[in-house]
Amino acid sequence: MEPLDIELDEGELELPNDPMQVNMGPAHPAMHGTVRMVVELSGETITKVDVQIGYLHRGFEKMCERGTWTQVFPYVDRLNYASPMLNNVGFALAVEKMLGVTVPERCQHYRVVLGELARICDHLVCSGAMAMELGAFTPFLYFCKARELIWDVFEEETGARVTHSFGRVGGMAKEPTPAFKEMVRNALPAVRALIDDGEKLLLANRIFLDRIENVGVMPKDLAVALGWTGVVLRSTGVPYDVRKVHPYLTYDRYDFDVPVGTRGDNYDRFMCRQEEIRQSTRIIEQALEQMADEGPINIDDPRIVLPPKDEVYSTIEGTIQHFKIVMEGIKVPAGECYSYTEAGNGELGFYMVSDGSGTPYRVRIRPPCFATMQGIEKMIVGGMVPDVVPTFGSVNMIGGECDH
Amino acid sequence: MSKRVLDRLNQVFGDAILETHSQHGDDTAVVEASRWREVARFLRDDERCAMNHFIDLTAVDYSDRREPRYEVVLHIRSLEKLHRVRLKARIGEPPSIDSLAEVWAGANWFERECFDMFGVDFVGHPNLRRILLYPEFVGHPLRKDYPAQMTQPLVEYRPEAIGKLPPFSEHEGMPFGRQTHDRAAAHVNALGFTDE
Repeated sequence: MEPLDIELDEGELELPNDPMQVNMGPAHPAMHGTVRMVVELSGETITKVDVQIGYLHRGFEKMCERGTWTQVFPYVDRLNYASPMLNNVGFALAVEKMLGVTVPERCQHYRVVLGELARICDHLVCSGAMAMELGAFTPFLYFCKARELIWDVFEEETGARVTHSFGRVGGMAKEPTPAFKEMVRNALPAVRALIDDGEKLLLANRIFLDRIENVGVMPKDLAVALGWTGVVLRSTGVPYDVRKVHPYLTYDRYDFDVPVGTRGDNYDRFMCRQEEIRQSTRIIEQALEQMADEGPINIDDPRIVLPPKDEVYSTIEGTIQHFKIVMEGIKVPAGECYSYTEAGNGELGFYMVSDGSGTPYRVRIRPPCFATMQGIEKMIVGGMVPDVVPTFGSVNMIGGECDH
Repeated sequence: MSKRVLDRLNQVFGDAILETHSQHGDDTAVVEASRWREVARFLRDDERCAMNHFIDLTAVDYSDRREPRYEVVLHIRSLEKLHRVRLKARIGEPPSIDSLAEVWAGANWFERECFDMFGVDFVGHPNLRRILLYPEFVGHPLRKDYPAQMTQPLVEYRPEAIGKLPPFSEHEGMPFGRQTHDRAAAHVNALGFTDE
């Protein structure tokens, strides 16, 4: 019988042998406009990836070296713009650590409540955006509505919905409004109900589950060596939460749990976030309970805290005090310090060097998602192209923070 | 608690630990730059230290204030023992130090960022290239002698299309700020006048 030896070389149609390179981002809807991934494909499997960040680099650390310590607050707002209040509190705590002062107890509870509200917003944005990128638009709208309720509280308290610049060294910009507790207490049940509704739509959805279960798995040891912190680390089974392990503010007085995952896949990250939202509402309730209705918010130190406005306009001492703080800045003693808090994505650290003047000599911000983004390569290589979308969504990369 | 780590370091490395302090409760050891990787690996592998959790790596440019000029700063912690320590190494011009990328996988990107911002050469780094800035960028912006006003647009400005007004000069990267440590910037204020 005649063999079927068709000469393949001479055929007109040739399949390419080189691996195909595909650019994902920076103008890709799933890349949030700030990341570029050059993926090398074999079929539809990713064999190699080069993650390129820096599209949102704004010279944050250089800017901090120009101006006073207080003028850094607006910049930190724009780090993790999904939860600016947590950054404000983190930076305020860092400067206070250098100054060696502690804010009054009422302010600590106030910071906790505002911070946890911001954390809920942060997690909602991440979970909602991740679902939306997988085609589930409705839960995103549910979560946005919940976030809207929290933003209303922020607007009432700080005057701004997103970038509040509300933190101050030695306290907060304003006292809590009289209706503060009531507003938060009213908003929480509504937020919780919306989250439950949105979550039900997702977790009963086979398509959604198939795309996140056992996708983007990260082993525990590597996550630790990569410097992962926050939800992404906890999803791999490491119960490291700065609020529990190294408590700051009044976190040691509240009863809350730290949810951990088992496999470190997208599903675990999603579920850890959802559970953390519930734990945050628990913390808020306890903090509101313990927060006094009366009492000082700012520390009593004229070298650090601005005097009340009516004193500035009517007394010479007030005017001078105001002038000194605004023009020369708060004099932070010379030295260095590293202060860290649990932000939306993990450990947000500030390493600061002061030369004793009113201007920071060096402000180093340790962005949690910079470390997380390093791990992306390990998570997506070997997977399929469509898996990039939920994996990238579940690590909650915030460009402002990652790129400084 | 992490004082014990410092004691252990002093005991094992002796002369290579130049100085230790615990300002603000942050335990710090200044290490001789030539033994940087050795000390780091010891901290990771030693049972009593077990610093397996990488946190942060950065540098500070002390410019004309101190000799040698740069300080590389590393923060690490132990997941099990919960202690933290800050390691520092002082290096001069041109800045160069051993890479820690093989000790902690996380050091990879942080060292790239440090190279990008300060120009520190990490010897043995698998892929030392810019990370936040673009490859065509000239200089290292977080050095104190890099003028903050300087602009380096990737695509040239078209002045005829923008029609800039007089207060703005060619370089207006960060024209604001009354106080600055940026001495080489000639203290140009927002109006473009120098006060020297």
